[in-house]
Formats: sequence, C-alpha cells, structure tokens
Amino acid sequence: MDVLLPRSLDEALEMKASVPAAVPIAGGTDLMVELNFDRKRPEAIIEISRVPELKVWRRENGTFFLGAGVTYSQVVRDLPQFRPLIEASRTVGSPQIRNRATVGGNLGTASPAGDALPVLSAYDAEVVIVKAGRRTRRLPFAQFMTGPKKNALAPDELILGAQWRIVRGPGSFSKIGTRNAMVIALASLCLVVDEDAPTVRVALGSVGPTILRARDAEAFAAQAMDRAGVWKDPFASLPAKVIEEFGEHVAAAARPIDDVRGTAAYRGHACAVLARRALRWALDDRKLTVTR
Amino acid sequence: MIIKILANGEQREAEVWPGASLLFLLREKLGLVGSKNACEQGECGSCSVWLDGELVCSCLVLAAQADGREVRTVEGLSSSEGLHPVQEAFLETGAVQCGFCTPGLIVAVADLLERDPKPAEGVIREALAGNLCRCTGYAKIIDAVNVAAKRMNK
Repeated sequence: MDVLLPRSLDEALEMKASVPAAVPIAGGTDLMVELNFDRKRPEAIIEISRVPELKVWRRENGTFFLGAGVTYSQVVRDLPQFRPLIEASRTVGSPQIRNRATVGGNLGTASPAGDALPVLSAYDAEVVIVKAGRRTRRLPFAQFMTGPKKNALAPDELILGAQWRIVRGPGSFSKIGTRNAMVIALASLCLVVDEDAPTVRVALGSVGPTILRARDAEAFAAQAMDRAGVWKDPFASLPAKVIEEFGEHVAAAARPIDDVRGTAAYRGHACAVLARRALRWALDDRKLTVTR
Repeated sequence: MIIKILANGEQREAEVWPGASLLFLLREKLGLVGSKNACEQGECGSCSVWLDGELVCSCLVLAAQADGREVRTVEGLSSSEGLHPVQEAFLETGAVQCGFCTPGLIVAVADLLERDPKPAEGVIREALAGNLCRCTGYAKIIDAVNVAAKRMNK
C-alpha cells in the first residue's frame, strides 16, 4: 500500500489524477477504523490532512465557504455565528475525534448519520469539488450525496469544501441516541428559519438512505406562522396543536428502517419530538432578537 | 515506510507497514506501551496522546500522518522528579482500579487542565466524554480532576 504525501492542493490533485484509486485521509476517524479492522485495504492512501488550502474558511458576497479540512474543534471554536453547525459539530464523537475529524470527511463518507450533513442540507449548501488544474464544479448537497455511503465524486476529484448563502434567522441541530456523547444518531434534525424568504427549512438525518428534507412540514410551518402573524410579530404565539401537527408532518417525511440503533417506529417518533422542540426553540429565539 | 517523530522530546524513528496507526508505531516499534490498544476505533480513548499539542486517538492517526511531527504520550508526563500532579491525584482519590483506561484518562485530564485550570463539572464530563472506564463509575475520576486542579493552581 502506498501513502502519498502532498504538501499542497495542486500536488494532491496531480497525485489523485495519476492514482485515482488513492483513498483520501484527513482526520482518519472513518478510514482508520476500516484499516484497523481489515475491512478496507486500499492500494493507495493520499494524506490530505496537512494540505493548507483545505483548512480555510471565508465569507464572500453573503456566502460562507468552509474548507473540507477544517476540523470540528475549529468549527466549534472559531465559527460561533453558525449555531446549527456548532451544535452538530459539538455532538460528533469526542474531543479526540473532533480534533481530527472534518466536515469534508462527513461529505466523503456520506453516511446518512453524518452529523454535519443535515446542517449542510438545511443551509442549501453546495459541495465544491476540484480536480487537477483547479477545475472546480459545484453540486447542491442533495445531488452530492446519492445514497448511503455514496457520493457523486469522480475518482480524480477531491472535495474542496462546502459553501452556502448565509441565512438570517435562528436554527438548531439536535439528535437522539443511546448516549450523550460518542453516539451515532438514530435520528437527527436541523431546523433553520430564513427570515428573508420567509421559510422554515427542516433536514433529517439517520432516517433514510440520504439526508431528507421535510418539504411538506416546511410549507406547513411557514403558512402556519403566516396565519398566526408570527413572521411579523415574534411574540405572537403558534398554538400547541399546530406545533404538534408540524411534528407529525416531519415524522411523515422520514423513511426509517429497523436497525441496530433503533426501530423505524421509534425513529419516526423521535423525528416528531425533535421537530416540535426545534420549532419551539426557533420561535423562542426569534423573541430574543427583538430585544437586541 | 520509515516514520520519524519527536516522541516526548526525543527524536525517534521506525519502519512500519504504511497502513499502520500511530498507536501501533508507539507500542510495537518505539516501546511506548503506556498508550493502550482497546477498541481500535476511537471510542474508548485508551490510546489518547498529543499530536502537535492536540489531544487525539492515536489508533485513528495513520503513522505517516505523524511523520515529522511532535507526539507526547503518557510516558512524557512523569519525570525523574516524580509523577505528574494528575497522576498523583488519580492514585490518591482511588480513581484507578484495573488501570487500563488510566493512561488515556490521565492524558485527557492533563489536556483539559492545560486549557481550563478550574473546570466546572459539566466541562469535565464533556472533556472526558472520549474516555471510557468500565471499573470506577467515573466518580473518583472526577474527584481526581478536582484534586489535580487544586494542586496545579497553587
């Protein structure tokens, strides 16, 4: 097995073009498990954890670009303005894992349980993909992740990062699992309020072959908030029954299966619970902004 | 492939299979057996070390990723002058039973106290969330963190 050690993005892309079978390693928190347990034996590994161009982030023209090599610890420490992303990042594994693991890795592995993925989906993020010669293309998240552990990367491509239009409005990420750390979600949910649209966005993890958007629930919430005057007045209240119905719409969008982590029935129930909580938190947060 | 690391302040090198982890390099080639190999999947934290000053699970670091870098292990915490205050605290509070989780926990606790000298209990629990102990029930480990924090802040 060869280990390729590029020192720059251009070197990494040249190497990936000449050895398309080379599997990228950054944080290694997914790939090393496969190696340690003899489940994967790639003919080559390309070590990209030190490629500086992947470890950047920047605001530009109302969008935010997050490099694939930024670790979850860095996200938690340095990007406080993205609360759902911070909350998701903080739930990944443990401090040891967060010091190494990356959002790029979440995208590369493309597991429906990846914690950052519902956030990227709810942010309507694009995945920025690059190959030799710095030729880039962008795919909406929903087109990038095509199935469980399947993504749309070509063998000569690397993930440069994710980019999204910065949304004005509250939001959150939450997940349910057997423990409060070191836990893979049996259901996760990111809710984002877009005050300028105005819309509500809801993305679900671990309850389908890919990250799911609860479109009916999104429309239901936006219309209910409109009828109740909540968009114009954050202190207007949304009836409890409406919040419950919202939860049911979200649960209906889930396509869970029975597996080692939980039953489909429980996961559907979990989605409804997460949805009600997330909507309540967002509505409460909207009241806070009025006093600032 | 030959991997060269600065291990606890000493320049070391060894040959490993390219797919080997840093943990394997430390234990099998460099004789640094303080870091333990339990789960091999980053769940238990018994392999915790510092890589360029950051707390990581060495079982999840490809040895090649550590090449040319600085690694500190639990062995680096004690010296000829004696044990590190965190190690002393673990012994005093009875936070060691079988001892298997202990090296990883000591590294994680030392890391926490380097960054947050007087951590609140919630902070301690979150910081140690990556280290599993099957024996103690964690209570005495939390005591040890508080004892060490007091000592180190004198």
